[in-house]
Amino acid sequence: MGIQFRKETFRDDFSFKNSPEHVRRFPFPFHEDSYMYAVNIEPHKPGPKGSVLEFPFDVDEHYVSEMEDRALVLAEDPLRCQSLPHMTLAGWDLLELLMVSMAESYPEHFTLTRDGDTWHWINRPLGIDDTFVFGDTSTLPYGPMEYITRQSQGDYCILDQRDGNLWMDAGIVTTQADWSLDFDIGMNFFEWHAPVPLAHEKGIFTRALKFLLNVQQGQPARRLNWTMTINPRLDTSPENYHKWGPDRTTVTPENVGDKVHLRVELQTFWRLPRSNALVFPIRCYLIKMDELATSPKWAKRLHRVIRDLPEELATYKGLTRYRPTLVEWLSKYDDGGVTSPGFGPD
Amino acid sequence: MSAGTTKLDVTVADVVPVNDLVTRFHFRPTAGGLLPTFSGGAHVVVEMREAGRPPRLNPYSLMSSPLDTSEYTISVRRDDVGRGGSLFMHRNVRPGDRMVVSYPVNLFSLDLRAKKHLMIAGGIGITPFVAQTAQLAAEGGNFELHYACRTASLFTYGDLLQERYGKRIHLYHDDRGEKIMLDRLLTSQPLGTHLYVCGPAPMINWVVGRAAELGWPSENVHFEHFSAPQPGLPFDATLAVSGKTIHVGEQQSLLEAIEAAGVDPPYLCRGGVCGQCETNVISYDGKFLHNDHWLSEEEHRSGCKIMPCVSRFEGKSLVLER
Repeated sequence: MGIQFRKETFRDDFSFKNSPEHVRRFPFPFHEDSYMYAVNIEPHKPGPKGSVLEFPFDVDEHYVSEMEDRALVLAEDPLRCQSLPHMTLAGWDLLELLMVSMAESYPEHFTLTRDGDTWHWINRPLGIDDTFVFGDTSTLPYGPMEYITRQSQGDYCILDQRDGNLWMDAGIVTTQADWSLDFDIGMNFFEWHAPVPLAHEKGIFTRALKFLLNVQQGQPARRLNWTMTINPRLDTSPENYHKWGPDRTTVTPENVGDKVHLRVELQTFWRLPRSNALVFPIRCYLIKMDELATSPKWAKRLHRVIRDLPEELATYKGLTRYRPTLVEWLSKYDDGGVTSPGFGPD
Repeated sequence: MSAGTTKLDVTVADVVPVNDLVTRFHFRPTAGGLLPTFSGGAHVVVEMREAGRPPRLNPYSLMSSPLDTSEYTISVRRDDVGRGGSLFMHRNVRPGDRMVVSYPVNLFSLDLRAKKHLMIAGGIGITPFVAQTAQLAAEGGNFELHYACRTASLFTYGDLLQERYGKRIHLYHDDRGEKIMLDRLLTSQPLGTHLYVCGPAPMINWVVGRAAELGWPSENVHFEHFSAPQPGLPFDATLAVSGKTIHVGEQQSLLEAIEAAGVDPPYLCRGGVCGQCETNVISYDGKFLHNDHWLSEEEHRSGCKIMPCVSRFEGKSLVLER
């Protein structure tokens, strides 16, 4: 039995929602009742069956609609996908990683047949059936990175590793939390993290870079990051700020449950074999407050996290405007009782 | 994260003597299929297990083509005064033997932005370039290799490379008085050239030093320095965190002795360059024999840190934060 793909939108009428089973598998990012930055990186090992960590690259019920949304973003703004000339080999590395993984994890939806350099790829949910020569860009309709990431949920940054640093030299970024690939392209690890408050003082980035430079083939790593988004909009880019920024003024006590979304990024890190580059997939998961509150533990904990969040972080994450309304709404679910340890919904 | 890298079970498919000093080993996956893809310049750590003694783990550059992962090949130069790893490979390893190697790790990777790759090799330092030239040739990359060796009979893969790449390969025989005209070479390269050096330490220092003096940006100069750990006098050390006292044998590295005591510091290269096994020294009475290329000279003098994969100690007491 395959995944039942939902037909939904992430713009205009915002028909996105999670089925009850998907609510239960949401990657809730708080293991305790408060939040502060930490180098929360761990090995990307397979998680429990049915969880978003079961397979190396999760495909879920939003797959088809997310890919349609990506195509719309790229049609309006082709600069959301860029690859500097020396990154083509890394693009082939990524194509191999994703095709092999998707075909192994979801054989009912994807099939890859390799005969030497001649590869045959079938993507049933998107109706794609292509034969191409691995390594020969002229045999694909797009460059290798763009071709495969138009068929894979989440943003992808490919980081070149040289001079003891990582360089944002390729990527496809259409589901981002207010950052721009076109702005960051060519920057190094410290340059593109410059706007993040507090973490520099804690030496987080120096330690994180040291870790990332040593991520080895066959040993991917992962971390969760989070923010909040008003309306289930995947494309909250600086380029489109005029479209989504004003949404933050529309939150009222009546519409919090439907409008306010917790946005969680599952970030993974993979060494690519031919190019020795690092690929950094950023997979975005959205959940409405109404959906989240079906777990009493999650609602209670989120209330405490948002209420106690340091001001700098609330500002950086863009919550300032509607934080009081949200905290008030969540407080209805908080009886002051103890929450169980761990991420699960209970 | 666990120490080191993911392991691969391999079977020795072939053992080929190349010349008086060098033997080549071919590894295939024991379970069949293909080995993980790698990039030119990568190495694997080979575990050498011999009955009655703790295992030795030595790094060797992969020299097979990255385009063919049906097997990995390494070339091992016999070191008669070393701690026996290379002798073990030469004398004991036979086709059909099962061995364990690490996943490939690349600490000497090509800069793919380079307009041209200028490679300088000495002796067995040729091995990463055998893989890198294969990778570059397949992509139509622009490269040139200058390779120095003592005598024609020890010119490991000199013929093979000339056969493959013709005029792009320049061989220099020490016994014929042929010398790499380094200054001319370094001052006549097109903009955007990257320089790669692998060979004995004096050669690396010479090339890297001249490049700096001639104004090469350090980002364009790459070198591979690591070598297998060297033997030395036995010594004892105390591991303060785990509360253990260990004895480091003559043919054993400090890292191997720490591992034999059941403590697993992280590692990648086991050759003193990656920095993973860096260990704080709590106290000592004696002198350090630093053989790594990771710590700064100042750190070496400070007596506060040691790289246990290649460095040793002589003296009365050594207490480590492990």
